[in-house]
Amino acid sequence: MITTGCLLVLMTLALALLRAVRGPTVYDRIVAVNAFGTMTVLLLVLLGFLTDRPEFQDIALLYALINFAGTIAVLKFVKYSNLAGPSAAADHRPRSEGDRIS
Amino acid sequence: MEQVIDIVLLAFMVVTAIAMIRLRNLFAVVMLSGIFSLLSAAMFVVLDAVDVAFTEAAVGAGISTVLMLSTLALTFREERPATRADWPALLVVTVTGAALIYGTLDMPHFGDPDAPIHQHVAPRYIVDSPHEVGPPNMVTSVLASYRGYDTLGETTVIFTAGIGVMVLLAGVNRRRRADRERGNRP
Repeated sequence: MITTGCLLVLMTLALALLRAVRGPTVYDRIVAVNAFGTMTVLLLVLLGFLTDRPEFQDIALLYALINFAGTIAVLKFVKYSNLAGPSAAADHRPRSEGDRIS
Repeated sequence: MEQVIDIVLLAFMVVTAIAMIRLRNLFAVVMLSGIFSLLSAAMFVVLDAVDVAFTEAAVGAGISTVLMLSTLALTFREERPATRADWPALLVVTVTGAALIYGTLDMPHFGDPDAPIHQHVAPRYIVDSPHEVGPPNMVTSVLASYRGYDTLGETTVIFTAGIGVMVLLAGVNRRRRADRERGNRP
């Protein structure tokens, strides 16, 4: 059953990868990368049970945290064009629509 | 099953690398490089190199994506198309790659217990590190104690590189601010 789960997660990874490569807009790619990170977490947990060593699950936890922080950073960049926030640079060259990047 | 996962992960890495080369949109390339380092971290876990996977996930997927994005904020978002094919560069790359692959032919087989790396100092670390150094994780005691000076040198190098980049970026920002002020009062 864990094997079937692994296969299904790998298929989902392929779909997310396809969306990240094809995705016409920025948001397609961001969601694809986020989903890819989540699927990697699942794959690591399944892999731990597949090889009978579930003690490696803390790496999966670390991935989940990094995935969250990374997505926030990417979204801030798309929204404000820098990572600091809406202050300095965004005032001088307003470019708050992320669609411009795509 | 583990072999299937190996093959699929490596195939994904190849697809991601080819897509990164072909895409001109640099934002998409940064996103794909995040995917690439997630894939390689999963690969490291499959290969039992858990500590390397930790580093790859934290540095590769987390910090370097953010660093690349802040670089994009300072530079351009589209890659300029190549004007001509550079054949000497391709030749150099091919020859170097062939030499590197030729170099791997002499290496011991993957996981070979008689390989020199498993015979030289590793047994001593495994036997002595619990009472010589203390931490239950041997990788930690090798990095922090047996190779402590090495690690200190690495951190010094990275610290110096960080200071250098910050000095360069401060210059760029000051020039931009000066340009902007000059532009505002005609």
